[in-house]
Amino acid sequence: MATQNTKTLARLMMAPSVLLLLVWMVVPLAMTLWFSFQNYNLLDPSNVGFAGTFNYEFFYTDPAFFQSIWNTLVLVLGVLFITVTGGIAIGLLLDQPMFGQGIVRILVISPFFVMPPVAALVWKNMIMHPGYGVFADIARFFGLQPIDWFAQYPLFSIIIIVAWQWLPFATLILLTALQSLDSEQKEAAEMDGANFFNRFIYLVMPHLARSITVVVLIQTIFLLGVYAEILVTTNGGPGYASTNIAFLIYRTALLGYDVGGASAGGIIAVILANIVAFFLMRAVGKNLDR
Amino acid sequence: MGSITLKNVSKVFGEAKVIPSVDLEIKDGEFVVFVGPSGSGKSTLLRLIAGLEDVSGGQILINGKDYTNNAPADRGLAMVFQSYALYPHMSVRKNIAFPLKMAKLDQSVIDKKVGDAARILNLTDYLERRPSQLSGGQRQRVAIGRAIVREPSAFLFDEPLSNLDAALRGSMRLEITDLHHQLKTTMVYVTHDQIEAMTMADKIVVLNRGNIEQVGSPMELYKTPRNIFVAGFIGSPRMNLLDGAYAKSKGAHTVGIRPEHVTLSKESGLWKATVSVAEHLGADTFLHLNVDGIGPMTARAGGEFGATYGDTVYVTPDDSKMHRFDDKGLAIASPLTGA
Amino acid sequence: MARSVTTRQKVIATIAAWTVGLIIFFPILYTIITSFKTEPEAIAGFSLIPSGTFENYITVQTQRDYIKPFMNSVVLSVGSTILALIIAVPGAWAMAFSPTKRTKDILMWMLSTKMMPAVAVLVPIYLMFRDFGLLDSRIGLTIMLTLINLPIVIWMLYTYFREIPGEILEASRMDGAGLWQEIVYVLTPMAVPGIASTMLLNIILAWNESFWSIRLTTVEAAPLTAFIASFSSPQGLFWAKLSAASTMAIAPILILGWFSQKQLVRGLTFGAVK
Repeated sequence: MATQNTKTLARLMMAPSVLLLLVWMVVPLAMTLWFSFQNYNLLDPSNVGFAGTFNYEFFYTDPAFFQSIWNTLVLVLGVLFITVTGGIAIGLLLDQPMFGQGIVRILVISPFFVMPPVAALVWKNMIMHPGYGVFADIARFFGLQPIDWFAQYPLFSIIIIVAWQWLPFATLILLTALQSLDSEQKEAAEMDGANFFNRFIYLVMPHLARSITVVVLIQTIFLLGVYAEILVTTNGGPGYASTNIAFLIYRTALLGYDVGGASAGGIIAVILANIVAFFLMRAVGKNLDR
Repeated sequence: MGSITLKNVSKVFGEAKVIPSVDLEIKDGEFVVFVGPSGSGKSTLLRLIAGLEDVSGGQILINGKDYTNNAPADRGLAMVFQSYALYPHMSVRKNIAFPLKMAKLDQSVIDKKVGDAARILNLTDYLERRPSQLSGGQRQRVAIGRAIVREPSAFLFDEPLSNLDAALRGSMRLEITDLHHQLKTTMVYVTHDQIEAMTMADKIVVLNRGNIEQVGSPMELYKTPRNIFVAGFIGSPRMNLLDGAYAKSKGAHTVGIRPEHVTLSKESGLWKATVSVAEHLGADTFLHLNVDGIGPMTARAGGEFGATYGDTVYVTPDDSKMHRFDDKGLAIASPLTGA
Repeated sequence: MARSVTTRQKVIATIAAWTVGLIIFFPILYTIITSFKTEPEAIAGFSLIPSGTFENYITVQTQRDYIKPFMNSVVLSVGSTILALIIAVPGAWAMAFSPTKRTKDILMWMLSTKMMPAVAVLVPIYLMFRDFGLLDSRIGLTIMLTLINLPIVIWMLYTYFREIPGEILEASRMDGAGLWQEIVYVLTPMAVPGIASTMLLNIILAWNESFWSIRLTTVEAAPLTAFIASFSSPQGLFWAKLSAASTMAIAPILILGWFSQKQLVRGLTFGAVK
């Protein structure tokens, strides 16, 4: 019974969450927008003034900007490709009857709970180190020259680490979706003469489509902001070879002390994220109507 | 004591007039069934009586006293929900005891009443289980148990059997009817299943689009439906409704002939027909016919009537049991006087 | 028949799945093994058998004071989670049980705040923290973690609360329960599992948050994420000790995580996949 009283109470109960998030969203964003049009360097606080679009032009003409946009794209798409295809494959495998399924699930899901700095350091030192890493041991076992991963393939190395962290997420969600596929549907398809490959194309993939969309969109949101993995492995280098937008803004702001420039970069990052967010919201919103 | 009176009750959701205006008298001890297709407003009407929805207009009297604006708990009614609405975190005993606990009765009184209810409903062995450990029929009984311990002035049932399988539905139907005979308390029962309505009710209220089409005992509705809607809704298989020249010859816009009110013969009769489907149920045979010059029709024959697909049979309607309707769908005079 | 799987198929699936599982888990396993090696052993080439020393764990504590960042992580993740729950429970409750036409829009808007890239507001947040003296303070970082996880907490709670069927609440009203009794006897017991799952997942997310926790702290309030990140330039700390520190940093949350697999799917997809 929605009486006037309960409506007022409901508004009061929602007020703290709404107000906090409103402030949290509006205030810093407004400040970023303001700073992005200012000349403001922390090393030279006296020289503050209106800069017009200078910061945007500066950011835009910086060769590092395009490289970092490109790196961001490669990083996001690379990780998405590995995690989605890997997630489908492992999901299909774990959906089969087997011994010790629960334990395998735990093994597969574990990397997700490893904090990013640990993941990055473990891969950097224990696995990919050119001298003492496991990859180097394997290379030497086959009589090959060990690869110096972070010097030769810095961005690819970071993609591998990030993909390792997100593979469990994709696997878990796609496995959950696979398990929700009606087994009678599968049996009906078998009766209709569909082999494994056909069942996968015509039955499993359409069923997974929505979950794959969700995985892609949510991962994209997080992958656009990859930071700690870069900080502890390559620190963006060599040069700008593994610098993404997030890391470039951090460099500009806290290493270059250029508040205006970093803010302009921040606004660009917001625009990028909004494009992705638009599609994610539509996917999630549809689910609400159900 | 449990009489319920609805005076000019209406309900509006936003723009939609779900119930335009309803007047109804439910006597103490009566078993009243609200029946109608989905969207007919039967559940809404029940929820208005329960107080789970506010009325948009009119009055609801319980035992002659105006309860229109009282909270559900104050009305002295108990309700059994379609989903049973058992509290999943409480044992069967605690579920049944909950309304008594809310009424702040002594623990000893609660224990006795819960024990009595469990005995009536065969739940004594299940009192310590959680609802999730029970079968559908047992859950249904717990929901009923929770209702009877309150000794309400009336029970409200909202499609209580629709989640059960056919066999269980049949036996629960008997149990509820039997319970009504034992308790002699007013029961208001909502269903879309006309068989439940026919078998359980003292009085059936047929609803359509928020309006009461007809109120009466099951046999009254069967014998003298007031209009085509009621005629088509009550009775199984459905009444055959025929328009056209034949209806005109009987002085009506439409005539209704129940499948059981025709004579079938393999030699001769009024109409020649071809069998399209024959359903042999053992005791009865239902023939779905294509009658020459009339169209499709359903007829009941005896169990021994050996007709099958493609056979030719002859149909003669029983004029004395024919229903006649005018162009507005209302019944004309008494069907027994049909020409 | 498809459903009656032969033992052979099952054995093949088992071997394949365990191989994949062990490869994915290997970096974690190898870190744990290495943490029990001596430093010379750790760089002596591939080996799965450590000498079983606990020396690294002791060294990490004595040289780098592991307990302090650990306690910071506990305080920050639990504190921010409780704070977020206190703010979110009434809001999610109101949206689930007295929804209005705008409820959906409000929920979507809340979700959208989660999508703001952290770097975009790094500068103003950093400057505000500096001006309010919140840099490197537990209070400051707790507020940050609360804010960034609040949308997820509200969403998770909302999806749990919404699953409590309306008929049960109506039944309790018919049974004579007043608003207060309805909350105490019916709603709260049914909501507790959802609140617990939300809490668990949020602790994990807060524990592993690695942008603000690294940027806004230096020493005093630094949680394990910042502590470990500082190892990227090892000063007298090598493979085995790094492994010991890493193992201690991830062990508690790994175990919590294993218990919250199902909630994880739901929480991180905002209820879009269950």
